[in-house]
Amino acid sequence: MSDVRSDRRYTKDHEWAKEDGNVVLIGITAFAVDQLGDITLVNIDVKPGDVLTAGKAFGTIESVKTLSDLFAPISGKVARVNTELDMKPELVNDDCFDKAWMIAIEPSDKSELGGLLDPDAYTELLKTAAH
Amino acid sequence: MATPQTPLRRTPLYDEHVALGGRIVPFAGWEMPVQYKGVTEEHRAVREAAGIFDVCHMGELVLTGDYAADVVNYLITNDARRLIDGQALYTVACNQGGTILDDLIVYRISQTKWLIVCNASNRDKMSAHFRAAAENHCEFEDASDRTALIALQGPKAMSILALAGGDGPALAELPTFHFRDATLANVPCTVARTGYTGEDGVEIFCPNDGAAQLFRSLVALGKPLGLEPAGLGARDTLRLEARLSLYGNEIDETTNPLEAGLGWVVKLGKDDFVGKAALERFKAAGLSRKLVGFEMTGRGIARHGYPLLDSAGTKVGICTSGSPGPTVGKNVGLGYLPTPMAEIGKPFIVDCRGRSIEAVVVKTPFYKRSS
Repeated sequence: MSDVRSDRRYTKDHEWAKEDGNVVLIGITAFAVDQLGDITLVNIDVKPGDVLTAGKAFGTIESVKTLSDLFAPISGKVARVNTELDMKPELVNDDCFDKAWMIAIEPSDKSELGGLLDPDAYTELLKTAAH
Repeated sequence: MATPQTPLRRTPLYDEHVALGGRIVPFAGWEMPVQYKGVTEEHRAVREAAGIFDVCHMGELVLTGDYAADVVNYLITNDARRLIDGQALYTVACNQGGTILDDLIVYRISQTKWLIVCNASNRDKMSAHFRAAAENHCEFEDASDRTALIALQGPKAMSILALAGGDGPALAELPTFHFRDATLANVPCTVARTGYTGEDGVEIFCPNDGAAQLFRSLVALGKPLGLEPAGLGARDTLRLEARLSLYGNEIDETTNPLEAGLGWVVKLGKDDFVGKAALERFKAAGLSRKLVGFEMTGRGIARHGYPLLDSAGTKVGICTSGSPGPTVGKNVGLGYLPTPMAEIGKPFIVDCRGRSIEAVVVKTPFYKRSS
C-alpha cells in the first residue's frame, strides 16, 4: 500500500494539496509516482500571478513510458512554482510529498480544500485502485 | 458500431508474472506484464546483463509441403530462397498496394516446412492471409495457441543458457538468425538467435505446457548473473534505441517498406510477390517522405502521434515513436519527414501538445552494442 500523509488532502487524480501558511502546496502522491515509474520531465505551464481554476490542467509530468496531466485541485492565484523540478525531475521519485511540490496556490476560496478527499477517503480510493 | 468485448487472453506465463510482481495491462487482446521493477531498471538489465520476456502472444504459422516455400516467398518481400535449413530472416509482407500488412520472421525448418512468426496484433489477419494463399498448394496450421515463446536477451543471455543443462552450452555456437531444436531445463524447445532489443540473445519456442518450467528455470539461473524479468515497457524502449520498427507505429497499411527504411528486406529482383509492382512504382517515383531517427534538442519528449513541423510551424510529418532512451541518455524518437528534411543534422520542430520543441535528425540506430 502506498504512503498516504495525514497532514494534507487529496484528489481522485492522485494529487495532494497541503496548507502552508497562506498558500496551498500542490504535488502528486506516491501512488501516482508508482504508476508513472521513472519521472523524466515535469512541465509547469503556469507562472506566478496566473489564475487557476479547480480541475484545470496546470502542467504535465512525463515518465519513460507515458505522459500525464497535472490538475489544479483548487482555484486560486499561482504564488510560486517549484523551478527546481525543471532540472531535477527525479525529485518527484525521491520525495513526492515534500521537496517535489509543484506549485503553491493562494486559494480564492479556502473551503474548496475541505471538499477534497481526506486521508482516510484517499486510502479507501487506493484500495479500490489496487484491484 | 459497438465492438463486441472479447475477454482478454492469458499466456502460459501469466501466473509467473503475477508471482514476480508484474503490472498486468491489456495488450493486443492479451493480459501482459508492462513492467516488474520499472522500465529503466529492466532496460539497463538487458543492456548490461540479461532480461527475460514473455512473447507468447505472438503468432506462429506453419506451412508444410512441396510448394510451401513458393507460397511463403510469394507473400513476403524478402527472398526466402536464400535460406538454408535452420536459418531465419526478417521481412515484411505487403498488400497489392505495396504497403505493409505485417513484419515477420520467416524460419526455414526444411525446404518443405516453414514457420512464420507474426505480431500478436496482426495474428488473425496474417493467419487468414497465409491460409488463403496456402489453399490448394500446401498445408497450413495456425500453431499460435499451442506455441509459447520466451525471449532471453542481453550480453549474459548465452551464459545463462549454458547453465540450463541439455543443449544449453552448445547454443553459443548458434549463428545470428539461425535456429535449432534443443532441450533446456528438461523442456524440448526450438532456440533461435534472434531478438528485438539490439542485444545478443535468443527467442525460444516451446509447447505451452513446458513454458512455465522453462521460464522459472531461466529466471532462477539468470538471477545471480543480473537477469531481470522485463515487460512491454522495456521491450519498447530497447527496440526504439535499436531502431527496430513496431507495427502500428513506424509501419502499418499506410506505409511502404521503402519509406520506412526497410528497403533492405525488399528484393525486387526475385520472382513475383504480393506488392512487387506497387513497390517498383514507389521506387521509380522516388520517396516523398522517409522515416528518420531524431533527438530532442529542446526540453521535451516526443510521443507517438505528435506532429512534426518545419521552421515555419507547418505540419510536415508525424512522430511514430518517442521516449527517453535510458541507455543513450537522450530523448529520442522516430518519425516521418519529407525527403528534403530527412537528412542527418537537419533541425525541425516537434509539436509536444502545443509546445514547440526543437529536434534534430540523427544517425540511427541510437544504440549499437559493441561486439
